[in-house]
Amino acid sequence: MIEPTTDKMLWMYEQMLIIREFEETMVNIYLEGKLPPEIQEGLAFDIGSGPVPGEMHLAAGQEPVAVGTCAHLKKDDTITGTHRPHHFAIAKGVSINALAAEIFGKVTGLGRGKGGHMHLFDVENKFGCSGIIGAGMPQACGAALAAKKKGKDWVTVTFFGEGAANQGSFHESLNLAALWNLPVIFICEDNSYAISVTKDESTAIANNADRAAGYGMPGVSVDNNDALEVFSVVGEAVSRARAGEGPSLIECKTDRYLGHFQGDAEAYRPEGEVEKLRENDPIDLLRDHLVASDAMSDDNEKEIKDRASATVKAAYEFARASDYPDTSEVAQHVFV
Amino acid sequence: MGNENNRELTMAAAISEGMAQEMERDENVFVMGEDVAKYGGIFGATGGLLDRFGADRVMDTPISETAFIGAATGAAAEGMRPVVELMFVDFFGVCMDQIYNHMAKNIYMSGGNVKLPVVLTTAIGGGYNDAAQHSQCLYGLFAHVPGLKIVVPSNAYDAKGMMIEAIRDDNPVMYFFHKGIMGLLWMAYFTGSTTHVPEESYTVPFGKAKVVREGNDITLVTLSQMVHKSMQAAETLESDGISVEVIDLRTLVPLDKDTILNSVAKTNRLCVADEDYLSFGLSGEIVAIVAENLDSIDLTCPVKRLAVKDMPIPYSPPLENAAIPQSSDIENTIRGMMA
Ligand SMILES: Cc1ncc(C[n+]2csc(CCOP(=O)(O)OP(=O)(O)O)c2C)c(N)n1
Ligand SMILES: [Mg+2]
Repeated sequence: MIEPTTDKMLWMYEQMLIIREFEETMVNIYLEGKLPPEIQEGLAFDIGSGPVPGEMHLAAGQEPVAVGTCAHLKKDDTITGTHRPHHFAIAKGVSINALAAEIFGKVTGLGRGKGGHMHLFDVENKFGCSGIIGAGMPQACGAALAAKKKGKDWVTVTFFGEGAANQGSFHESLNLAALWNLPVIFICEDNSYAISVTKDESTAIANNADRAAGYGMPGVSVDNNDALEVFSVVGEAVSRARAGEGPSLIECKTDRYLGHFQGDAEAYRPEGEVEKLRENDPIDLLRDHLVASDAMSDDNEKEIKDRASATVKAAYEFARASDYPDTSEVAQHVFV
Repeated sequence: MGNENNRELTMAAAISEGMAQEMERDENVFVMGEDVAKYGGIFGATGGLLDRFGADRVMDTPISETAFIGAATGAAAEGMRPVVELMFVDFFGVCMDQIYNHMAKNIYMSGGNVKLPVVLTTAIGGGYNDAAQHSQCLYGLFAHVPGLKIVVPSNAYDAKGMMIEAIRDDNPVMYFFHKGIMGLLWMAYFTGSTTHVPEESYTVPFGKAKVVREGNDITLVTLSQMVHKSMQAAETLESDGISVEVIDLRTLVPLDKDTILNSVAKTNRLCVADEDYLSFGLSGEIVAIVAENLDSIDLTCPVKRLAVKDMPIPYSPPLENAAIPQSSDIENTIRGMMA
């Protein structure tokens, strides 16, 4: 078991608070202007209205995967991610202000408002993601290949859902990474659902980590939604990758507290499931550990919580206060 | 409901009713795709089918488009009649080989010996800020490869009839429904797409465009959600004394060239309004067909094309609005052509 330092643990705790508050605040922001819909009578909701239109996939509950992983990453390490990207973007150090502004479609956003919440790019922090399921894994192999060719010890982490593990790109990328001994860490966020389809209904085996054997790389399953366990398992994989020992597949069992997207009626969820999941909130788990090990005093905790809240609040204020891009920009940036 | 003769359905309900009636008629028809069963399709195209027909005939799939869309082709070759959903057309990239090189070509390469009665349904279109990977139309891309029939309904009546026609066809049919006319409770839509739909089974033949509004001054060729934007523009222009003839193509393959040519021969002006990309696509094709017939058609002004001007669909609301042609763009363009 690799143990984080106290500082690292406190960092993880604060990041989880920031992520949770960012996501839960977005639940309400997202509804602004959509409910009741003014645009058309008879609708329950209008996805295209309000300051944040379009689909919105939030990651509340999945914070341990993001912070347990990113605690090992440096600025030079690369992440490729998914349609549900806020948690690991924040933990990677992507500017939360520019992230929020992108979600609002503002010119101060990561992509000047062109990308939107599923398509976030930050060159400085080496971060990218995609709305196409399974799309991040091949590009992660490419980033890792580049690091290898450049002779750097950079690693690439690619996040994907358990649903994406049935996409061809998963299987092709695992083989490529193993064959070329690439410094990639494949991190499967198994939240049991791909929209309404449960993992049992989509996957013939119980653990995606077992698939690693078929490609000749280590595969480990983290069964509790526990940031410290994720930290330990990912730490080993990152060390291997940095040392030139090749890729790893890590499967983290985690929980999606909210709908697949906001506005999802979740008729497919057994009643009371979310309440049950929330009883094992990973943020409380880490907090209890910090308190029990005397790593965090009450004052300390309050200070961290206040700072996290202020960070999120400032990000959304920045996003709201920013301007929309001028429509003359619409044809720009197809090419550089 | 009251009088069933006046019954109106949303396009989503009309599509699933068409599927259901064919499933009842022919046990070889089955439905598969991501979230088509329990969820009823993200855009409601398969709503209610699971309860009626059970999980053997309405199958949720893993996110493995190459496998399950290829499987639809394989099952069709064995005499099944699968209806398979690609959730958004934008996701074609992960399964294009199965569509482009196999579903589209196996009939031809077999010298017509193989039959492929498969219907590939998919959601298209923007207008609700879902950005570059969830807002495209792309029917032009699929119409480009020989071997796929391309169906793009604009309203519930056509949607049901063309679904039944598609399922009965022994050729692969790609069926594109625009999200902004499905009549969903969670997305603003053009209410003109919700129409009277007869309860009984009926078909709408492929290759017959529809003149949805008659006019004398200009021919406006369009399809899908853009039909509704075009009708809005035509109404506004009417009050200024400009008479617009609006043609809903309904299918791209086969394409009803005669209706287009006859109309342009009458109006002597052509505008195409499309939500797909501008270059190398649908709008260019329509214009080319007219250009090839200039021996029998006079044009009093250059043709105009409205489409997405060769940029990915941006997320930010003002940018998306600028990228996708709106009613006001159609209106302004036509005014310019009449000046
Ligand atoms: C190639 C492709 N197919 C389908 C979709 C539609 N889709 C978006 S999210 C999703 C479910 C993804 O499930 P999972 O990978 O488990 O990630 P989670 O949403 O649970 O985070 C699906 C099917 C897509 N975006 N891309
Ligand atoms: Mg999942």
